[in-house]
Amino acid sequence: MTPPAAPPRKLVKRRPSETTRQDRLAALGCAVSATLLTWFVMHLLLDSPGWLADLIVAYLLYLAMLYLVTRDRLGRLAASDRLVSTVVVTGALVLLAPLLSLLIYIVAEGAPYLRPGFFTHDMSAVAPTDPVTDTGGLHAVVGTLQQTALTLVLVVPLGVLTAVFLNETRSRFRRPVRIMVDAMSGLPSIVAGLFVYAALIIPGIQAGVGLFSYNGMMATLALTMVMLPTVTRTVDVVLRLVPDGLREASLALGASRARTVWSVVLPTARTGVTTAVILGIARVAGETAPLLFTSFGALGMNANPFSDPQESIPLFIYRFIKQPLENVQQRGYVGALVLILLIFGLFAIARVVGRDRSQRKAKRITVKTQENR
Amino acid sequence: MRRAITEVLSRADRAFRRVTTGAGLTMLAILVVIGFFLVFRSGPAFDASGFGFFTTIRFDPASGVLGVLGLLYGTIVVALIAVLIAVPLSILAALFITEYSSGRIRGFLTGLVDLLAAIPSLLYGLWGFAFLGPQIVPVSLWLTENLGWFPLFSSKENALYIQSMFIAGLVVSLMVLPITTSVIREVFAQTPPGEKEAALALGSTRWGMVKTVMLPFGRGGIIGGSMLGLGRALGETIAVSLLLPQVPEITRHVLQFGGATISGFIANNSGASGLALSGLMAAGLVLFAFTLATNFTASVIISKSRSGAGVDA
Repeated sequence: MTPPAAPPRKLVKRRPSETTRQDRLAALGCAVSATLLTWFVMHLLLDSPGWLADLIVAYLLYLAMLYLVTRDRLGRLAASDRLVSTVVVTGALVLLAPLLSLLIYIVAEGAPYLRPGFFTHDMSAVAPTDPVTDTGGLHAVVGTLQQTALTLVLVVPLGVLTAVFLNETRSRFRRPVRIMVDAMSGLPSIVAGLFVYAALIIPGIQAGVGLFSYNGMMATLALTMVMLPTVTRTVDVVLRLVPDGLREASLALGASRARTVWSVVLPTARTGVTTAVILGIARVAGETAPLLFTSFGALGMNANPFSDPQESIPLFIYRFIKQPLENVQQRGYVGALVLILLIFGLFAIARVVGRDRSQRKAKRITVKTQENR
Repeated sequence: MRRAITEVLSRADRAFRRVTTGAGLTMLAILVVIGFFLVFRSGPAFDASGFGFFTTIRFDPASGVLGVLGLLYGTIVVALIAVLIAVPLSILAALFITEYSSGRIRGFLTGLVDLLAAIPSLLYGLWGFAFLGPQIVPVSLWLTENLGWFPLFSSKENALYIQSMFIAGLVVSLMVLPITTSVIREVFAQTPPGEKEAALALGSTRWGMVKTVMLPFGRGGIIGGSMLGLGRALGETIAVSLLLPQVPEITRHVLQFGGATISGFIANNSGASGLALSGLMAAGLVLFAFTLATNFTASVIISKSRSGAGVDA
């Protein structure tokens, strides 16, 4: 006698990592009950120390509930998997919170006082008691532009050439140079400023040489030391991504090494190099520490980076937010808003430059191959 | 017949070689000059206080007392707090980017991490000083009152809770996050797909796969990335100079007012001269040496570990 065949079970196809409707409902239920329980415990039974504590308690309760509910429904393995997924997603969200908070804070503090006048006059005729809307930052903007431009003039050729040296030659100095570039990228920016101050500015002032005194050029030198290793390393990485086949093809056609680098390697790596340089600019434009020792800052306009102290946007911010008067501090926030807009602008340009070109090209190629078929 | 391959360089190639070698050697020269000069100029400070420079807490050139210990202690404590907060978050973010997200969200989050790196230290300092600090004060107060039995969370009576090393570490952790996240992400991305698929095919859940394949594989990268982050945190200047009172001391009360770091202290004393300047140079040299040692250890760990082959630390 054979036992009666079990009734055929209805098989439901399901990907293990998929989120079903029941999962969503369970998560929602856990969230609601965790919130309510938190409110009950923290506000009715206890005296809550603040919204942060509420948030943490609610989150922990939610995790515990989610684990128990999933364990009841799907078992222990699935429960710990779900738990970890939730924690990982939260971690990524936590990354977003400070950035948003910083942005909102600076925009909220600075935006009400930013007037077009900021870009048309300097601070020399503005008294500390004048309203915040009178703040003028022309001298700071000019200083930042000049110092950044001079830094670029020094950094881009030297950085790109060094990266080419590291990648495209077979010199025996490559190893020590690479080690030194790595070491230099660990140089704290304040030490770079201190170096310029002690090595050039103090002897320069003693000897009465105008160029070696507090001025924009000295700031440029310090900024160069900060930016050079960053740009070199990034360009080095980008050059390494250029396929060797391209180089070999060029050499096999009889091109010299110099020609290969100039006409094949650098054009291929152009977008990467541009992105590296733009991000380097963003870094330099916001760098403050070395400037305290080198360009020193000024309240009035100084359009000559080669003599006399010069202001720049970071110094402008630093100067005013350290003042005790509230309406003077607000001037610093106006500067901070301008700086953050500048950084965002540069960052957006870097993203567009770094992405668009390659994607567009790739699309065109695929279209062509389809047509050829 | 065999003959040796000789390379006859054209004039352009010789010029090319000379120019690039020149650029490389310039880099080399700059760093050597900096190092030499720092050592040279910090000489007077070492002469004045001898080995006591490393064992004295106070830094007070006016009375001839020069010491780096208090500053160094603050620097290391702030950096450690920053790394302790940043690394777990980085691991989560890196896992999310490599395993738990796809397409648009992945690109968005990678961009976000880059953006975090692009925001200047000054703005973090400003935000931490004026906005985050006051928000953290009740947390510090609560920790002290309820967990004060734990030595790290204790503080003196009637202490102020603004401008503490804890808040400074919290803000610095945001600046450490991008570097640790990107190193860990690169390491995770290099996990051999075969091993990941094998784990999944054997019936493991995603977390099981992460736990048994990705985390062990990425361990070297995680340690190396943390140390790189530590190196970054040690040199952090402007934010810390705004967030700490910059009075050298050794205290275990990290939640309360007080603390100083080398770089922040140097920044707050710009315009020094004579022995004070020499002392600052010596402190800068100590910081540089520390950062270098950390960075080198990190790159050695990353390149030696199985996961690190080909990762640019």
